[in-house]
Amino acid sequence: MPTTKTERLGIKISDDVVRVRQLTRMLSVEVGLGLVDQTKVVTAASELARNTLDYGGGGEVIAEIVEQGGRRGVRLTFEDKGPGIADIEQALKDGFTSGRGMGLGLGGAKRLCNEFSIVSAPGTGTKVTIARWK
Amino acid sequence: MAAQAGSDVASLVSNNEKTILPEWVELQKKAGILHTGRISEGELQAQSKNFLHLLHEALTQGGTDTTGAAFEPARGMLADLSRSRAQQGFSPSETATFIFSLKRPLFNALNRDNTLSAEQIASTVWTSTALLDELGLFTLEIFQKSREEVIVRQQREIAELSTPVVKLWEGILALPLIGTLDSQRTQVVMENLLQTIVDSEAEIAIIDITGVPTVDTLTAQHLLKTVAAARLMGADCLISGIRPQIAQTMVHLGVELNVISKASLADAFAVALRQTGRAVVKTKRIEGFALPEKKSGGQGA
Ligand SMILES: Nc1ncnc2c1ncn2[C@@H]1O[C@H](COP(=O)(O)OP(=O)(O)OP(=O)(O)O)[C@@H](O)[C@H]1O
Ligand SMILES: [Mg+2]
Repeated sequence: MPTTKTERLGIKISDDVVRVRQLTRMLSVEVGLGLVDQTKVVTAASELARNTLDYGGGGEVIAEIVEQGGRRGVRLTFEDKGPGIADIEQALKDGFTSGRGMGLGLGGAKRLCNEFSIVSAPGTGTKVTIARWK
Repeated sequence: MAAQAGSDVASLVSNNEKTILPEWVELQKKAGILHTGRISEGELQAQSKNFLHLLHEALTQGGTDTTGAAFEPARGMLADLSRSRAQQGFSPSETATFIFSLKRPLFNALNRDNTLSAEQIASTVWTSTALLDELGLFTLEIFQKSREEVIVRQQREIAELSTPVVKLWEGILALPLIGTLDSQRTQVVMENLLQTIVDSEAEIAIIDITGVPTVDTLTAQHLLKTVAAARLMGADCLISGIRPQIAQTMVHLGVELNVISKASLADAFAVALRQTGRAVVKTKRIEGFALPEKKSGGQGA
């Protein structure tokens, strides 16, 4: 699927989460997402960026505008080289947290997007990809 | 080779200081540096003279390695200059012009010198270009860092400033939240609200999130904690200003704020008044808008 624009952002400190949200908002507007969809994907991005920071020990996001069959969308890939997730199903369950969160971020991000995939294994880090189509 | 090149540039500077300095200052003025109104001609003159002197010292002592010890004083001076320009609101290019505009006067001096071989001229041009480029980039790096420091400081100031708790009525407070709710700000907001609840013996606090662009799980958690803490201080919270797109997102996210929420601050205020045994009634006084007698019920004006 062709990519028409790619941006990268490091996620190292909590201000970077704000930057990820702003970038996501900007790309969503560019793609022409409505206000509700913009808010959804920005919120999902916020959740994943904070997980990358808090559990992954920092990482980066690749934000893209993608096109497929005449449709445009925003795709975000969050990647870290942290401890990884041993039990992905458990991590996705509402209410599960290994920290002091609400345990809703990962599952919530999945519900807020059209596409969601997660690749993670202990010791190799975590990669979460989401997309929201217009 | 490097040492030779360095001393070539050094003697170029020292032999031509009298022409380089005024030409350089003139170029900076032409670039409009004084029009910014942030620096006086005297300061510009002093800074330029000082740098030229330090550059000469560095070149004589240590060749052309701008990261070396010999360049320490010159780098220190440039760092101070970049920092102060960043704080004074100069643009990056206005700041970098200080160094880059030195090229022309140097090359002019080189052209005027007819004792040099073509080879010497070429190597001196190359050395001084590389040198000034490095120093120019150094200037930009410091500039950037200082801008970031300014931003961090401003964020801290905003965190303290932008969290006013306002009294709407006897016993009713409002906390209009604006902007991002992560970072240290939430802590300040929360403490501020709780303290005001205690000080004013408030019964109801309305948290208005019209100005919060995103409510994610962290924001929701902060809100819930604030509501719980307020309850412990004896005050009930209402939340207002949840915009439709935020409400929908919160449903998908699965967060519930178990408090009464209203679309607008005005609606929440009406609820708060009712809960504290008060009501707002229209009076007949506005001419042309008088209500029929029997409809103007309530407790009287
Ligand atoms: N990038 C990651 N690296 C390692 N573990 C992760 C990562 N992202 C999530 N996890 C694990 O998955 C769990 C669930 O994540 P989720 O975002 O749903 O909840 P949370 O971050 O704990 O709380 P919330 O997001 O609701 O504030 C986390 O507690 C953590 O153990
Ligand atoms: Mg999370």
